[in-house]
Amino acid sequence: MTAPLTLSARNLTRRHDNRLVVDGISLELRRGEVLGLLGHNGAGKSTTLQMLTGALPPNSGEIEICDFDLMREPQHAKACIGFLPEHPPLYRDMRVDGFLRFAARLHLIPSAKIDDALAQAKQRCGLQDCGRKLIGSLSKGYQQRVGIAQAIIHNPAVVVLDEPTVGLDPAQIRDIRTLIRELGDCCSVILSTHLLNEVESLCDRVIILQKGRLIYSGSSAEMLANGNMEEAFLLITQNEAASR
Amino acid sequence: MIRTIAKKEFRSLFAAPSTWWILAVMQFLFAWFYFGRMDDYLQVQAQLAQLDTSPGATISIAAPLCSVLALMLMILIPLFTMRLIAEERRNQTWVLLLTAPVSATQIVLGKFLGLLLLLIFIVAGCAAMLATLLLGTHADIGLMSANILGLLLLAASYAALGLYFSALNKQPIIAAISALGLSFGLWLLDLGASDNRSFLRAISPSAHFQNLNTGLVNSADLIYFVLIITTLLWLTIRHLNHERRQAS
Repeated sequence: MTAPLTLSARNLTRRHDNRLVVDGISLELRRGEVLGLLGHNGAGKSTTLQMLTGALPPNSGEIEICDFDLMREPQHAKACIGFLPEHPPLYRDMRVDGFLRFAARLHLIPSAKIDDALAQAKQRCGLQDCGRKLIGSLSKGYQQRVGIAQAIIHNPAVVVLDEPTVGLDPAQIRDIRTLIRELGDCCSVILSTHLLNEVESLCDRVIILQKGRLIYSGSSAEMLANGNMEEAFLLITQNEAASR
Repeated sequence: MIRTIAKKEFRSLFAAPSTWWILAVMQFLFAWFYFGRMDDYLQVQAQLAQLDTSPGATISIAAPLCSVLALMLMILIPLFTMRLIAEERRNQTWVLLLTAPVSATQIVLGKFLGLLLLLIFIVAGCAAMLATLLLGTHADIGLMSANILGLLLLAASYAALGLYFSALNKQPIIAAISALGLSFGLWLLDLGASDNRSFLRAISPSAHFQNLNTGLVNSADLIYFVLIITTLLWLTIRHLNHERRQAS
């Protein structure tokens, strides 16, 4: 039996100054799946993720999250998403606890459950000792963790992470990957990344974007079949570039 | 939800050192004006007392001070409102609100009420200073209350105006300057209007404040303030909704 669909997007298009940044992308995500989004710089990865989370309206196309249409029922749909953008949306003058509580309230967690949600999110992201610290005074790696904690505090069905391990040290990268794998058990995760070994170790499925178009979609096992991930990625993107 | 956003906004306004500095400078200037007016009044008091209907301390000291405060608020409020939306856009924290299950109405009202709470504190601080008049004389409580009501309504309209420009812009400074420019222009319209009934005067918030400043609580003025505040908030909500739904 296949797991239920948590996110589906059809024919997403986005123009920027008359240039197509994202051109007719469709994708589907099921519960318990980790999807990797690959592509060169400027391929449209971040734009796609922003559209999927409602941060940016598409020029055309439809997005459904947990059976709610993102355009028609934005409140219901957005309650099912957690998003870590490229630049974590952190208020530098707030304390970690205060900020996460605010994020929890914004995502409609009832007051009685906020303390539990806060403790759980902090524990999952390794922030137990930082509760009283000002976000602005944290290192880049810890800020990234607060960004992730903000995205998962309400236990969303879909977690969207835009380059989650950028700027982290190796130990932190390992922790975050463990966390993403945990998340992959109970909800769906989409992550964009440039690190191919990250895709190899985390993702069930991979899609590759090039110049705003979806040029490859398949399981990560299929990609690994031709040898290593890096070769497979370069082969796919170069073939595509040559054929156009 | 509105309360959550308002509380957060109020707190982060208070967490910023700039807010405290603005408040301190403002209180200082206000106190300076207060003593100045007081000094002037005491010098002419003996002559005033010989008139049949001599003006009291409230109308000679408190009312002019309130119009000074009205001017100060006009200049100050854009500095606060530019943070509300434009700065969030620049700092890329706006995304948090965009992707959270909150409507534009909740965001706008939350931010407006959060700022309003701070403005109430500012007006209350100055009202407390004026209340010291009660220690030395029988002040006209009615006139003072009308002034305070007027200041609050005026502050709320400037806040709504600033919030609208904050929503239109990505650059906080441009948002602040636009709001300041427009409210300054409206103030000049009021000053420059040749007669009291001219149309130009009718659209200026400071003209409507003047009635309250002289102690005249007129329903037309109150309706004007309510209308301008709701219209500007509505425009802000409309703009944000449009931005969220339509790809530019």
